[in-house]
Amino acid sequence: MSSVMIDTGNYIAAKASVMARPDVVAAYPITPQTTLVEGIANHLATGEFKGEYICVESEHSAMAACIGASATGVRTFTGTSSHGLLLMHEMLHWAALARLPVIMCNINRVVGPGWNIWADENDSISQRDTGWIQLYCSSNQEIFDTVIQAFKLGEHEKVSLPVMISYNAFILSHTSMPVNVPDQKDVDDFLPKRVPKWKLEVENPITFGNIILPHEYEQVRKEMQEAQENAKKLIPEISKDWKNRFGRHHGDLIEYYKCDDVDYILLSMGAIGAESKVAIDNLQKNGFKVGLARFRVLRPFPTEEIINLSRKANLIVIDRNISVGNEGVMFNEVKGALFGKSDSTVSGFIAGLGGKDVTFGDIEKICKKAIEGKAKDHQIWYGLEEV
Amino acid sequence: MAIKDLPRQECYIPGSAACPGCPATMAMRTVFKAIGKNMVMIVPACCTAVIESLHPNTSFDIPTMNIAFEAAAAGASGVEAGFRMQGKTDTTVVAWAGDGGTYDIGIQALSGALERQTNFIYICYNNEIYSNTGIQRSGATPFGAWTTTTVGGKTEFRKEMGEIIMSHHIPYAAQACVSYPEDLYNKVKKAKGIKGPKYIEIMAPCPPGWRFGMERTVEMGTMAVETGAWALYEYENEKMTFNGKSKLILEGKIKRKPIEDWIKYQGRFRHLFIPKKDVERIKAIEEHIDQMWERYRTCYL
Repeated sequence: MSSVMIDTGNYIAAKASVMARPDVVAAYPITPQTTLVEGIANHLATGEFKGEYICVESEHSAMAACIGASATGVRTFTGTSSHGLLLMHEMLHWAALARLPVIMCNINRVVGPGWNIWADENDSISQRDTGWIQLYCSSNQEIFDTVIQAFKLGEHEKVSLPVMISYNAFILSHTSMPVNVPDQKDVDDFLPKRVPKWKLEVENPITFGNIILPHEYEQVRKEMQEAQENAKKLIPEISKDWKNRFGRHHGDLIEYYKCDDVDYILLSMGAIGAESKVAIDNLQKNGFKVGLARFRVLRPFPTEEIINLSRKANLIVIDRNISVGNEGVMFNEVKGALFGKSDSTVSGFIAGLGGKDVTFGDIEKICKKAIEGKAKDHQIWYGLEEV
Repeated sequence: MAIKDLPRQECYIPGSAACPGCPATMAMRTVFKAIGKNMVMIVPACCTAVIESLHPNTSFDIPTMNIAFEAAAAGASGVEAGFRMQGKTDTTVVAWAGDGGTYDIGIQALSGALERQTNFIYICYNNEIYSNTGIQRSGATPFGAWTTTTVGGKTEFRKEMGEIIMSHHIPYAAQACVSYPEDLYNKVKKAKGIKGPKYIEIMAPCPPGWRFGMERTVEMGTMAVETGAWALYEYENEKMTFNGKSKLILEGKIKRKPIEDWIKYQGRFRHLFIPKKDVERIKAIEEHIDQMWERYRTCYL
């Protein structure tokens, strides 16, 4: 029998991670991730979590310890946020290049200075090129379901890559919602024990990660790219399997919401992605033909889906991040995907940096501005620029 | 244990990319003999990352994982936990790092792993420089020594890593030297039998780094001990025990040799002798060594 648990995003993530039965968790506390690692510590105390919990002295060591453990062939999990994620940066590359499926929750938080603990996606976006699969959630139920699916995805023999599950600080991490929690047995059936691609073992003494020459290194990178392409195919398969078993589906690479017969499609993700649904309801009620495509995956990038969307509508992108010196990363990448493939317009908006609230009202205004053609020439800083 | 009685098994196998006269390989060979094949090694950026040879080859007959420079002890913590979760508790987990990866960039992860009572052996082969990157100063470089980043000679004394380690009050720590393989063998063997964190530091005179002939590695190590610049000791159950010549020096049974006897053969100290003898700096080195031994006598005995 499944049960309903009413709890915060972090406690839900802790519950999900423990139900995935990781052998080793290594973590270091940082606001707003703290209640996630505290949750795991509580599950350890009650005996529900039977793995090893290494309370390391930094996030760099957290990722290094997960890498070490994962290299022995076991299942590993960690969680972090913002500066913690940035401190891990070197080891994020290491985990991906070593093809070790470490699974991690990242609670999207502002990067300082000045100190600010609210929601902002620049932390995980800036780790875009590390080789990690990046998934973004919009509700606590999606966090639960995605964490468990992430193990299946990352550990899949055709993928063998680390997976980062991101969700917005406080808006999800510290907000309680009812979540359907399946039986442990059903989770076990869905997620069998990890079968590693390679591992450290005394019986087979290999040296891993020694000096590698250019042509072989290039091959390693190409294989990572192929693994990401494989993930693109597997994410929908795994979502479908989950739906068949548990009856829930949050979308595949993208969640489409009221996208039939529209002239515009809004692209957003994370907490703004959830808020966007309310905005779309209101807009459509008032006669605006706008639908929503919520990104669930940033890496692998859903290029084909974006192209398909552009064939039926013009696109509006909201970024809760900025690649300073250029533009919002999703805006940039969406345009890149469409180059030479579509004549649709793409309007870009920066919104919600530093944890600034982005309400459905704000999103409606953003969509209306785009429809009026106000964001034709350049990306708009919503709320900072008069347009 | 005499050298002839050491196990014949070699896990350090042909194909290495080490320099001739390399102390790290001498130390490693002894360590492998003391632990045997049931071990796993974690290597951060250091000379050993080159010595182990090019992918897909290896010169080690034991499972080895390379890890980032500052991450040896943390990576080893993960490996240890991963093995333990699979019931492989008889496998010895060894982190094998240089002095740069230990004294400097890796000290945080090392301190953390010691404090967490990680069941592993951390071995630092100390050649007193960043040798892999081409002879730059480290926290282990002695006062007065030339490196490419201390061109006129280092102006600071090295930090006392052994004492930093002991302040973690771990079950076992030791200082050894490549020139005394039996002593090293015994220390590693003992460490293998103890549960919890163990730290062994091995003095490793580096021919290209210290600027001496490749045939003199062992001699340079011996002189490091005989001049008292390096002490052989064990730290167990909160107590220090000195070994070999270091014991005799400590007890006053032999006088340590003048530091000049050691440094005059090393090109890295050449500027202390040519064009004229730098009496002041040589005296400063002597006095620093005297202070160290005084501290050993008064604080740790």
